[in-house]
Amino acid sequence: MKRRTTTGAAALGAVLALALSACGGGSGTTPKDSAQPAAEEAKAEFNAGLTGVVNPSDKKGGVLKFANEGDWDSLDPGDTYYGYSWNFIRLYGRSLLMFKSAVGKEGNELTPDLAEGMGQPSDDAKTWTYKLKPGVKFEDGTAITSKDVKYAVLRSLDKEVFPDGYTYFNDFLDLPKGYKGPYKSKGVNTDKAIETPDDQTIVFHLKQPLSNFDYFAQLPATIPVPEAKDTGAKYREHVIASGPYMFEKNEIGKGFTLVRNPNWDPATDPNRKALPDGFDVTTNVNADDIDNRVLSGDLDVAILGTGVKQAALGRVLGDPANKANSDNPTSTRLWYTSINGNVPPLDNIDCRKAVQYAANKVDYQTAFGGEFAGGQIATSLLPPAIPGHEDFNLYPPGADNKGDLDKAKEHLTACGHADGFETNIAYRAERPNEKAAAEALQQALGRVGIKLTLKPFPQADYFALYAGKPGYAKDNKLGLAQNGWMSDWPDGFGFLGQIVDSRVIRDTGGSSNISVRDPEVDKMLDQAMAETDQAKRDALWTAIDKKVMEDAFILPGIWTKSLIVRSKNATNIFVNDAYGMYDYLGLGVK
Amino acid sequence: MATYIIRRLIWAAVMLTIVSIITFAIFFLVPRLAGATPESLATRYVGRTATAEQVKIAAEKLGFNDPLVVQYGRFAKGIVAGADYDYGPGVEHCPAPCFGYSFLTRLPVWPDLLDRLPVTMSLAIGAAILWVLAGVATGVVSALRRGSFFDRAAMTIALGGVSLPIFFTGMVSLVIFSYGLGITAPGGSFTPFLDDPAAWAYSLILPWITLAFLYAAGYARLTRAGMLETMSEDYIRTARAKGLTERTVVLKHGLRAALTPILTIFGLDVGLLLGGAVLTESTYSLPGMGKYAIDAITNQDLPKVMGVVLFAAFFVVVANLIVDLLYAVVDPRVRLA
Repeated sequence: MKRRTTTGAAALGAVLALALSACGGGSGTTPKDSAQPAAEEAKAEFNAGLTGVVNPSDKKGGVLKFANEGDWDSLDPGDTYYGYSWNFIRLYGRSLLMFKSAVGKEGNELTPDLAEGMGQPSDDAKTWTYKLKPGVKFEDGTAITSKDVKYAVLRSLDKEVFPDGYTYFNDFLDLPKGYKGPYKSKGVNTDKAIETPDDQTIVFHLKQPLSNFDYFAQLPATIPVPEAKDTGAKYREHVIASGPYMFEKNEIGKGFTLVRNPNWDPATDPNRKALPDGFDVTTNVNADDIDNRVLSGDLDVAILGTGVKQAALGRVLGDPANKANSDNPTSTRLWYTSINGNVPPLDNIDCRKAVQYAANKVDYQTAFGGEFAGGQIATSLLPPAIPGHEDFNLYPPGADNKGDLDKAKEHLTACGHADGFETNIAYRAERPNEKAAAEALQQALGRVGIKLTLKPFPQADYFALYAGKPGYAKDNKLGLAQNGWMSDWPDGFGFLGQIVDSRVIRDTGGSSNISVRDPEVDKMLDQAMAETDQAKRDALWTAIDKKVMEDAFILPGIWTKSLIVRSKNATNIFVNDAYGMYDYLGLGVK
Repeated sequence: MATYIIRRLIWAAVMLTIVSIITFAIFFLVPRLAGATPESLATRYVGRTATAEQVKIAAEKLGFNDPLVVQYGRFAKGIVAGADYDYGPGVEHCPAPCFGYSFLTRLPVWPDLLDRLPVTMSLAIGAAILWVLAGVATGVVSALRRGSFFDRAAMTIALGGVSLPIFFTGMVSLVIFSYGLGITAPGGSFTPFLDDPAAWAYSLILPWITLAFLYAAGYARLTRAGMLETMSEDYIRTARAKGLTERTVVLKHGLRAALTPILTIFGLDVGLLLGGAVLTESTYSLPGMGKYAIDAITNQDLPKVMGVVLFAAFFVVVANLIVDLLYAVVDPRVRLA
């Protein structure tokens, strides 16, 4: 480590990256007033925020202080893809639907926000209609109409101007051929994709049936944008608010402040209490300093919500008072190992099953930080917070979770490699946790003769050039590859869509799915996407999870947990399962 | 003197051009040599589930498909003549010197650099005053009282100062003085001098002391060594023999001669710090050039990296020039060609 504090070329070695992710959640249910956290007051003890509200209060006023160790991808609702951003954005923007500001699993439920009710499907779930509430205004007092929502969605399609966001609307809307958004395709009639028959109605037309389009309607891209005030890539500098708070000052790279939006009408918004008078957010703050400040009470929220860093872990878990003031939620992220069926001998299902049985799950968990900062040992794909999750384990790793070596040897014999085989395991070089997990597997699988060679690759090109590029992976015998995924929202489509659908795998690389190639699974995914009955759909997600596990294409590692610390100055603190962190909409000041 | 300055300025321009080419090569040429394609480079600047089409669009937008010479030419042209930027609904002109637009925030780099400069200047200049005063004074006293308790204690503390990294002393200081005793500002605090000078000083006092502690230690040792050598010179004995006061002998004859190497180091240190006190700014979350640099490198935000490297190089070159000019003032034996 350098002693002197200088910059320039000497610092070029420091390359890190945030794992970008976003999440949402929930199953559509009857809307009701969800601003009041449903759970009872929770005693301030460890994990109290998972099941109840800590420090419940209706007191208004005060300012909450947030800090971010990095920075937003964008504050623009059409260009953001971070989970914490989707949690926070509800303070200044209102989408058609939203996740309830509620404790635990109730937070997974969708509820109308700008819309009066949930989406009305027709044409076999290819058409979805929403009616907007009357009387909702932008911060400048202009009435919000369905045209503002349509414009917001259409502009988000321009991936040259808004490269950070998702492509759900690009992929599913029945857009005119070659349509590139309102900047480049000015004047093109887009009614076949989105209609606005009147100021209060918006109708989405899709290319294919999509039973859970309501999840699309909660995406930040449906937060209205007034066309007259749209400044494209610069809109992030001053987003026009529709929620209870608006930007007072915004210095990108340093931070921003939110103050009350005088044109927000609580009568139109049963979802938000809007207790604080404002929010003071600082970005690019030293991560360890954030932990120290939250523990000392100088800061209220570490906005990333991914838990305290290693330096503070001992202080939180080792001090009863600090521990009682913290929560350990499980997120919808799975760390796993892809088992590539394209690489012999893993094209044989018994060889893949041998890997499943030989893995030491305890060491895998330790590699990612252990029980509190790492996560819960995963036995299947779908994390517990996602509807459709079912507790099952097709490859019991023994009572101590350290692997069933007899079973592993049985399957090795069945696949014709009784003495084991050799293959490589890929991981992202910049991620010590992945390296540790790969080493743990190397040791565990070595017990039955499966010899793994570690192959680190730069994370920026991991999927595009190496582990995610089918030709390269096969030629270089990357039989195993460390991987991870977090759901964009807590349902099967949001979680499984990108990691088990073989049709997302491209020869040119870049796909997160690098191992699951089963036409039967693809068929089941299509079936689930067209299924409008929630219970039947969830059952299908369970079935897909089981099918992929039967195929043994994925070795699940852990469902991530994080150790988060409650603010000493805040009220109404609870974890919302939709985001796997504190619900930023509910917080108030003591 | 004027000729000398002009010649040095021309060399400075050449030096900055070379630095820019090397930096550009490190970030744009080396990845290509390692097999990166325009698309694989662009994946860093798009969303998590970007489609191949989305990545292709980003690569085109960021200019990665052009030959490297064209890309460098565009960068250099921006600095000299400015550049245009399509932000969607319109095109914005970025006036010269335009260091391009951030790949991530899509904001022009130059205003960002100017915005960060006062923070780094505040930190560097404040700390420099502290470390020069403390370091040189300690070094002089230690040299004059060689072997005394003060000398031993000061040099032991100096050894500690040199040995302890700033991310350690900074974090410990924050925990004790800011979060424990509550007498200094928490991390991330900065108030511009013109807004409130008292708040400015309050927000920076801890970073100043931490940074000065590191540097003062080195300066104390350097001054002590220089003074010990100088004070044993014949002309010092002569000065004393002439009946000059000890104060005059030490300050005018001893310290002045010992200052030349200290001035050299000081110029370099301040120049480097103006380019960004990376660890101090990162530890205290100060939004200066150093924090900007480390964030840019972390996120591989290449236009920002280019901008900050050139900015830092500029300060080093200028600081060196000033030091060379000051030699003539401090030491009359020096003659500039």
